This record gives sequence, structure tokens and C-alpha cells, in this order.
Amino acid sequence: MLSRTADHVYWLGRYAERAENLARTLDVQYRLSLVPHASSDDRHGWAQMLARLGLESTFAERHAAPDPHRVIDFLAFDAGNPSSILSCLRAARENARAVRGSISSEMWEAFNSTWLGARTQAPSRFTALNIVEFVDWVKYRAHLARGVVLGSMLRDESYHFMQIGTFLERADGVARLLLARLACESPAGADGADAHDYYPWSVLLRGPSAFEIFRRVSRDTVSPRRVLEFVILHQHVPRSIYRSAALVHENLQSVANAQSGETERRAGLLHAELRFGTLESLAPQGSERFLHDLIARAADLSDRIGRDFLRHAA
Amino acid sequence: MYTADGRVRPHYAAYADWLTRQPDDLLRQKRAEADSLFHRVGITFAVYGEQEGNERLIPFDIVPRVLSADEWRTLAAGLRQRVRALNAFIGDIYHGQEILRAGLLNPEQVFCNPQYRPEMQGMDVPGGIYAHIAGIDVVRVGAGEFCVLKDNLRVPSGVSHMLEDRKMMMRLFPELFALNRVAPVEHYPDRLLENLARVAPAGVAAPVVVVLTPGAHNSAYFEHAFLAQQMGVELVEGQDLFVRDGFVYMRTTRGPQRVDVIYRRIDDDFLDPLVFRPDSVLGVPGLMSAYRAGRVTVANAIGTGIADDKSIYPYVPDMIRFYLGEAPLLENVPTRVLRRKDDLAFTLAHLGQLVVKEVHGAGGYGMLVGPTASQAEREDFRLRILAAPEKYIAQPTLARSTCPKFVEQGVAPRHIDLRPFVLSGREITIVPGGLTRVALRTGSLVVNSSQGGGTKDTWVLET
Repeated sequence: MLSRTADHVYWLGRYAERAENLARTLDVQYRLSLVPHASSDDRHGWAQMLARLGLESTFAERHAAPDPHRVIDFLAFDAGNPSSILSCLRAARENARAVRGSISSEMWEAFNSTWLGARTQAPSRFTALNIVEFVDWVKYRAHLARGVVLGSMLRDESYHFMQIGTFLERADGVARLLLARLACESPAGADGADAHDYYPWSVLLRGPSAFEIFRRVSRDTVSPRRVLEFVILHQHVPRSIYRSAALVHENLQSVANAQSGETERRAGLLHAELRFGTLESLAPQGSERFLHDLIARAADLSDRIGRDFLRHAA
Repeated sequence: MYTADGRVRPHYAAYADWLTRQPDDLLRQKRAEADSLFHRVGITFAVYGEQEGNERLIPFDIVPRVLSADEWRTLAAGLRQRVRALNAFIGDIYHGQEILRAGLLNPEQVFCNPQYRPEMQGMDVPGGIYAHIAGIDVVRVGAGEFCVLKDNLRVPSGVSHMLEDRKMMMRLFPELFALNRVAPVEHYPDRLLENLARVAPAGVAAPVVVVLTPGAHNSAYFEHAFLAQQMGVELVEGQDLFVRDGFVYMRTTRGPQRVDVIYRRIDDDFLDPLVFRPDSVLGVPGLMSAYRAGRVTVANAIGTGIADDKSIYPYVPDMIRFYLGEAPLLENVPTRVLRRKDDLAFTLAHLGQLVVKEVHGAGGYGMLVGPTASQAEREDFRLRILAAPEKYIAQPTLARSTCPKFVEQGVAPRHIDLRPFVLSGREITIVPGGLTRVALRTGSLVVNSSQGGGTKDTWVLET
């Protein structure tokens, strides 16, 4: 397929997933703000979230303090923030438009109407109290788009590049969500099993739709360590980092070309480490360090994919 | 829809009868439904010179235009004949130039015309076909009688609206398609692909066809993407192609892949910066040399503009007689060529009744619509004509027929024209129908989409 087309579908996958991840992250933070325990350091939570998303300075250029209403508006609706949900939905739509000849019409219509719908939602209607309505709508549209992709897209290179973009973005997004939570823990908290850890970590599980699954497959109570293990390493949790890495590797193998050997090797190594590693073996220096490394490895893969496939020289 | 004395034309009977039974509200509601569907599908048109919100819907009218089987048969035969002659003319201009030697055209009309491409002189193109895709604008002047208003032989657009308008009508009014036997148009992309594959360079077994677009910001981008998708071929931009060792390749995720046929939607000027405009970033450096060497086919051929220029148009009926030895089945709209003294005098005396067009203008720009122009506008145009009469032609305004259109107050007559698409390959095929463009304001004659014209579905009845 055309390199330029591959580039657009890759970014289509990334931006669509980023919008959904952001909605899920907002959802977690919003739910945390409802937990009495967390209300005192509510502001701290929002600030950590901005920091882990790499948006601290962009936010500071526009607003003074990270109070919930401003952060929500900034993350959901601010067209001047290139990483807001609205901006991501727009970028997804623009990438889809650039390749509308190579994706299914249903897919184009799904991304186009999501953008049209998002544009008409009035930001003034939403506050820290009812943002969940918007978040649910974004998640619903993401479910729809995913269904359209699965149900209408030819399983050719386009599909694989879109999947690679989607799962690299997902691994990155989930890692950042975990980091934001860890930054709010007291130093000793992460390894103990304090009773009041239950609330923030069980709320966090809902971000990647993993709370009910945790209940079903794990007989343990919710603790930071178990949640980390579950969300990072579980083989059957749909949004776990392991599964994202596995799918990046798998889809990469389907598009391999003469120069992509090293990229495949690195993706395969990450896949294998997560498959056979334990939290202890993978994160001897702590989960935060491990998650930061993981984000860097995802970025490295993205750069290499760009070089190997998307900006193919003559 | 109606004859001059107000009776319903026979082929409109089923539709007119249906229409009288519909409440106004239903049409209003269907209209709104159409708008929201077009938005979702993203069938938009960018208008030059507008900044924000530069994707606009082309107004779609829900009242179809209906042609009888007889009307279509006559029209189609005329179109075939005309396009054969036009292709013969282009081939002649770039080879022996018999028509100039016969004295039918003045050589300066060809050689001083910016649309003449000396780079094409003496070059053979596959099958001798230059205008693979032609959009011929016609208007009905009397009962079942059509005249040609303009030949579009460079990169005619609008076929996506022919297809999408039909899809929309079938969705909004399925019952109408049970009442009328409307000839299908949906096979156009198949025919187009078939034709393009057949003009591939000799010896290529499974030709790779691509659609070349200027990009997502072009006004007709929707159509480019649509056609590529419907044909199942790649939609490429200039930056995706390159020329190496005389062949054209596209950059793919698995390395370079050869391209055999380029259905280009970029004007000649921008195709190859080494030969045409050096500042073009839309084109492919070296394309012209690969083309001249016969290693890639470009459709439409380079240099077809010489035959669709308004200054050449008045001579097309002569071409038909000259190349085919036949009498034209389709006449031109009576056209005055202002390089001729008597035509000039007549036009200046009747500016208020005529439409005057600049011969190199396009898209409804650079024209004077006499009856609706102000005194000042007419005076201004008079001076421009006198300064360079050879740059202008004049036509009567009575040319365009009207057709009912749904407006806020109900259904009212508006001026229309019709652009059928004529595909030339081993044989000539015309999908029964075309793009019907409609003026939106009462009495307005301008139907171009860049000037706010709309479109409607065109029905050719099978019986």
C-alpha cells in the first residue's frame, strides 16, 4: 500500500485511541473526585494527571491553577490543546478524510459523524459534575468505531497499520494512567495493602474496563500491587499493556518488509518480556521506573515504524 | 416538466401524479434528511477564496430531472458523434494538422492558445484517444432537442454527484423507483476502470491504475477519493509518485511499485514541474518524459484543452463534418464569435439580451449575463470586449430549460443544464444520465457549483 496512506491510517488509529484513553482517564479522575477520601487532594490528582499526560506546561500557559473545571475543559474541549479529546477526534477525522478512498465508507462515516457530533456538544454545558455524560458519549462512539473497523475493514495492510497505531497508543495511555495514580500514592502505599487503597485502585480498574474482570478472575482483594499486575500483565484483559504489546507485535509481523527486521525484534522482545515476566523481574526498581521505560519503548517503536514503512524513501 | 402551454410532459406523468399526492411537509422533511445524510457522508465541495468552514454541501434538490428513452437515444447518439470528432481533432492538431490546411481554423487560434501543448506534437497515444473522459454540457432548447453549451475535456468533474444523488433519491423515495423504470447509473466506476486499464502501455498484462489528486484541500477531493474507492485503486498525490529509469513508481510500504495508468485530476500546468509550471508541488518531476516514451498512460491526455476552449467550441460542428463526413446530430448553442466583425457589431448592439463569455474563463467567472447585469457592468464589459474582441464569444440567454425545484415556498421552476459523461475506450460508452446542475435563484442562469449552483438526480426512463 501507499506509504502515505499507511501513515494516515496509523495516525487515525492513534488519535482515535487517544481520544478514548483521555475519556477513560477523565472518567477515572471524575469518579475519584466523588470518593470522600480523595476530595482533599483532588487538585493534586488533576495536576498529576496533566503531568503524566505531558500537558503541564501547555495547561500552565493558559490557566493558573489546575482546578477541576478548568482541567476538564482543557482536556475535553480546548481546540487549542492539540491533545484534547476534541482535537484528537478532529485529527482522527482529518486522517480518515485523507484516506477515505482506501477505508470503507462506513468507517469514514463513523469517524466523520463522531467529529460532527463532538463539535456540536456545547462545552459550557459540562462541568466537573456531569462531564461523565460527555465521557460516556465518547466511549460509546469509540465502541461504534471499533465495531465498524472490525466489521467492515479488509484485513489488509491498512488494517494492520491501524491496529499498530491503536495498540501502541493504548499501551502508552494505560501506562500514563497508572503513573498518574502512582504519583498520588504515599511512598509506602504502593506495596502495602492499606484498607483505604481500595477506593482509588478499584476506581482505576474501571478506566480500562477491568473492574468486573478483576472480580471474576481474581479472588484477591483490590490492592495497588495486584491492580498493577493485572492491568500490566494479564493475558486476557482486553486493555492490558501485555495484550497491546502482543497485538503490536502480531500486526507488525503481517506488514514486515525488507528493512523492518530490527523493529520487529524490539516489538517481539517487549511482547515476550511481558508474556513471561513477573512484576518483580520486570520492575526491580519499582513500577514507576518500569512504566516510564515502557513509554519510551513505545515511542521508539513508533519512530522506527515511521522510518521503516511510512516515510519510505525512493 | 411542463410543456409551454402548461401540460405535463408524458414522461413526467408518473412523477407529477405522485408529487400531487405528497404533502409539502413530507418534501421538507426529506430535504432535511438529505442534508444530514450528505453531511455525515461528507459529500462536500470546497469553494476557493473561503477560509473557515471551507467544506460546503452542494445544495441537492430532491425533485429529479426526467428524460424519456427517446430523448436520451437522440442525445446519446449526438454525444458519441461529437466526442469521436473531438478526439479526431486533438489527434489531428498534434499530428498532421489537416484541419488547418483545409482552412477551417486559423492557425493562430491553435498555436497562440495557452491550451495548445507543443510537447504533445507528434506523439502517439494508446488507441489514439485523448479525451478518455468527456463531460459535455447540454441544454434543452425545444421539445426533446438538445444543444451543446460546453465541452469539458480536461478534468471534467461532477460524476460523483451523479452517483451519490441517485443513491440519495433511492434512499429517500424508494417508492418512486417502483413507479418509474429508471435506467441505472451505478456501473460507471466499473466502466471507467475497464476503459483506463485498456489504454495501458502495450505489453502490460495487469496494469496498475491510480487516481492522481492535488490533495484533500482541492475542491473536488471528495470525487477523487470516491472514484478511487469505487474502482478499488490507489488515490495518490504527486509526492507519492516518482520517476526512475523512465518508469513511474509509487512509494509503498514494501518499496516502489510501478504505475501504468494515471487518471489525473490535476491540470496540465501542474503535472510535471520540469516541463510545465516549475513552481508546481502537485506534480511528478519527469512524468512527461515517461509519458512521451510510452511507459505510462495519462488520462485525459495532456493537451486536450485545445479542444474544449470556448474559442474553439464554435467550430466543433465543422469538425464533425470534416472528420466524420456526417451532419452534426447535436448543434451548438448559436454562438457569436467576436473576432468576426459582424458578430461583434451585433453583440455590442444587444448586450442586454446576451451572455458574453471570456474564451479562456471557466466556472462562471469572467462572464456577463446581459439581462441581469447593471448598466455599469454592461458598460464595463463593452470596454473589455472592444479592447480584445477575439477573447470573447456571445450566446443567447434563452438557452437553458427549466425544471421544477423544491424551494421554501414549494416547487418552482429553475434553470438547469445537464452534463453526461462520455467514456472513450475501445468503444464509446455513456452511462444513461449525468450531472444535472440547477440554478438556485429565480431566473439565474449560473449553475456552476463554485457559484452556488445545486445538483439534482437525472432519470433516463427505460420505456
